[in-house]
Amino acid sequence: MILLWYILIPAVAAPLAWLLARSRPQAARWVAVAGTALPLALVTWQWVSQAGALRAAFAAHGPGVAGLVQGTWLADVQAAWISPLGISFFLAEDGLTLIMLVLTFAMGLLAVLASWRGIQERVGFFHFMILWSVAALAGVFLSLDLFLFYFFFEMMLIPMYFVIALWGHERRVYAAVKFFIFTQASGLLMLIAILALYFIHGRATGTYTFDFTQLLGTEMPSATAFLLMLGFFVAFAVKLPVFPLHTWLPDAHTEAPTAGSVILAGVLIKIGAYGMIRFMVPLFPQAVYDFRTVGMILAVIGIIYGAVMAYAQRDLKRLVAYTSVSHMGFVLLGIFAWNTLALQGVVLQIVCHALSTGALFILVGTLEDRIHTRDMAKMGGLWAVAPRMGGTAMFFALASLGLPGLGNFVAEFLILVGAWQASKWAAVLGAVGLVFATVYALWMMQRAFQGEETHALRFDDLVPRETGMYAALVAALVVLGFYPQPLITTARQTVTSVQQITAGSRLSPQAAHAPQVRILADGAPPGATVADDATTDGKR
Amino acid sequence: MLTVSPVVVMLAAAFWRSHALALTLTLVGLAATMVSLFLAAGRASRQVTPLLSFDTYALFYIGLLTAATAAVAILSWNYLQRRHVHPEEYYMLLLTATLGGAVLVASTHFASFFLGLEILSVSLYALIVYPIYRAQFVEAAVKYLVLAGSTSAFLVFGMALVYAQTGTMTVSGLAPLLSAGLGGEHVVVALGVVLLLVGVGFKLAVVPFHMWTPDVYQGAPAPVGAYVATVSKGAVFALLLRYFRPVSLDPGSTLFLVFAAVAIASMVAGNLLALRQDNVKRILAYSSIAHLGYLLVAFLATGEQAAIAVTFYLVAYFATTLAAFGVVAALSPPERDAESLADYRGLARRRRWTATAFTVALFSLAGMPLTMGFIGKFYLVTAGAGSALWALIIVLVLTSTVGLYYYTRIVVAMWVRQPDESAGAVSAAVDGASGAVLAALTAFLIVFGVYPAPLIQLIERAVSTLP
Repeated sequence: MILLWYILIPAVAAPLAWLLARSRPQAARWVAVAGTALPLALVTWQWVSQAGALRAAFAAHGPGVAGLVQGTWLADVQAAWISPLGISFFLAEDGLTLIMLVLTFAMGLLAVLASWRGIQERVGFFHFMILWSVAALAGVFLSLDLFLFYFFFEMMLIPMYFVIALWGHERRVYAAVKFFIFTQASGLLMLIAILALYFIHGRATGTYTFDFTQLLGTEMPSATAFLLMLGFFVAFAVKLPVFPLHTWLPDAHTEAPTAGSVILAGVLIKIGAYGMIRFMVPLFPQAVYDFRTVGMILAVIGIIYGAVMAYAQRDLKRLVAYTSVSHMGFVLLGIFAWNTLALQGVVLQIVCHALSTGALFILVGTLEDRIHTRDMAKMGGLWAVAPRMGGTAMFFALASLGLPGLGNFVAEFLILVGAWQASKWAAVLGAVGLVFATVYALWMMQRAFQGEETHALRFDDLVPRETGMYAALVAALVVLGFYPQPLITTARQTVTSVQQITAGSRLSPQAAHAPQVRILADGAPPGATVADDATTDGKR
Repeated sequence: MLTVSPVVVMLAAAFWRSHALALTLTLVGLAATMVSLFLAAGRASRQVTPLLSFDTYALFYIGLLTAATAAVAILSWNYLQRRHVHPEEYYMLLLTATLGGAVLVASTHFASFFLGLEILSVSLYALIVYPIYRAQFVEAAVKYLVLAGSTSAFLVFGMALVYAQTGTMTVSGLAPLLSAGLGGEHVVVALGVVLLLVGVGFKLAVVPFHMWTPDVYQGAPAPVGAYVATVSKGAVFALLLRYFRPVSLDPGSTLFLVFAAVAIASMVAGNLLALRQDNVKRILAYSSIAHLGYLLVAFLATGEQAAIAVTFYLVAYFATTLAAFGVVAALSPPERDAESLADYRGLARRRRWTATAFTVALFSLAGMPLTMGFIGKFYLVTAGAGSALWALIIVLVLTSTVGLYYYTRIVVAMWVRQPDESAGAVSAAVDGASGAVLAALTAFLIVFGVYPAPLIQLIERAVSTLP
């Protein structure tokens, strides 16, 4: 039942915030805080109290767990919904879901806090939309029925569309419509793929169902599987975004209000990665294997292209948006490498990118609230005016470029090591992307915060509410940089079980590859990771 | 006859006495019809003369038409009230048109087909021009009259050709003929069927018979527009489904290709033409062309799922279109209809709930989740996928993405941050009755968008009597 609450709390808080705001706008903000903080507390409590259960589930089924079978979940809910079509209301939670939920609610809370001052128009409606999107996102990560997944997948578009179109910047309507159409078109392609799978499975077995666990391992000709895989891939690639399908992202991220950018960058684009790990690869392992060269090429192009484009921007927010393209390239690389190490890196990267990029977007937002521009040519020397803001920006810029000791480094390092086993060239080129990251991050700091203070801007430094938000994010990134083990342990069962599903195919031959895979997978002492950090320090 | 008499009697009684308390009597009549449907549903379906068959399928559709008529009647009340015309006969016409629709959905014979169609059309000619104070209404009515009249002639000629060659005018006689294909020696029958389809295509306003739709939608009073878009098209589609259900169209046969081409042309043209419109009624007109195209995709699919999909989608389309036109009608000031996009700028500021209802309706048309439009479109695609109509489905998917653009334009206009108050935007108060109808329709769209199972079961029972 607890899973239902994750969706219901924000869903109920949403209309409440809207109605309350008619008389007292401030009340809407507090309802929104409650609507995200409450499930966040709930899921954290579940994480802490079930840590033992996670370990036990892993120990009991071990690496030999045969996929997503009942009993390996932390919790699940199953009820008939549209039974004539074999659609059930099927929610389930495992380690990966847990991480994504924590991320969703934390980013939702941050989004609410970050718009405390920036949003003064239609406060109630705004928080209605934010809470609605949080509820839909929680639904996306919890659904194991493909129709239900698609339902939530589409449902979260509407609030995001409104948030961008109504509270965005200058070209908000253009950006919102572009975002909407890109996502909707690709989502419909996925729907066709889902339906084809539904009928292929139904014809073969006589059971027409959208239940993901039953659809696993459906036999079909490899050409069909490849087409269906492409349907899923396009939907998730638009979300992630992958190189040629990324063009909505810079517009949407730039034009969205701060809260919108935080949710977009923090959670929404992660659906792409989540969907690939959870659905695409397990359903079509062989097709993914055939596709992986293309996938890795696209990933590497994304890494380098995003970094180069970021460097070329004048608009601070657009710069941050393009860094997302680059960072998500790493995620794609990790997924197509498909070994334990790379997948653990992907999970870490999902979390760390959300934290660091979310923070950067909030920072740009607070800066824009104060100086009313995002143009870096009109900045310069801001450190002297607002040292606390400058220091914070420096920290997150360094996190973004992958400084050892912070979570992003561990994530990208793991992905690159994993990718090395799959394709040496992809790893090398990906590592080149890290060099570009250093360039754009430092160049951004130089233009905005360092140098001559030429524009005589005067504004307030961070207030306690903002300092508190950043402090929490800084702490999380540092902890993950030195001790990523809790995350890895939590996701371990998912990672091994999805790998088990694909074990029969040629996709994951490296099950017993390099020894460090074992070390990390078995929950080695944190020293192992730190030692890895030390070795690569020299390389770079 | 036990089952059919109450239906007809109630409809008839309502319009004979309707001059006094037109609306009340109309609603009482419609309510009585509804009740009699439930009574009739308990009994076995029966064939009333060779012309009509009152099976659960017909009863379901009559119920749908009745409910839609009731909604239109209530929405018309305030609209006519503001315009100081004599509204009594208006309701009578509404009821006769619905009677025509009821005959159509129960029709199993060419005679009743033509009879129902004419009752419906003749009532519509008068309805379109009813509040006769604008040249535009007359223009719309004349256009409709001329085109509908000539297509009726096509229809009759088509029926005559089919009859002359085969000696049958019943559905059951037609089906094996169509299944056999229309080549070679059947050339006269083929011609007849083509003429029949021209008549039906005109009523459904599918491409290439769609030219009248935007003009009539724009020209007709908003409640009548709602009526034309829902009851008139829905009844004809139900008839089409009944006539072609027993026909197994072989993909590759000429007839199949004709339908497929019409479906594709409707989806593409409807959506593309709507893109450049600034008139809300015209946007709704073009979007309805596209929606009929979507429906044809499921119509071409085989199996019971397809009939369920079509019916579910029609129910969703009815509720959505009624809500959308209802908003237009409710907001229209006495001197004109609220139809330009500028009228809706910043509507959310002035009429929050009306704007919400319109937004829900537009999202349902666009097929977004939480609304019936989503489940409906999903059903259509499922039905198409079940029969492996991949090309049609891909066109459906791509064109409905195009459709998003113009729906969201209206939505954005309503919710803009800084509305320009100058542009003569409408802010007429929405009366209680219309408000209640809009609220009910919105609730209907959302409730069955989230939990459609009961409705689907009902529809399953309804279509189970189709051959």
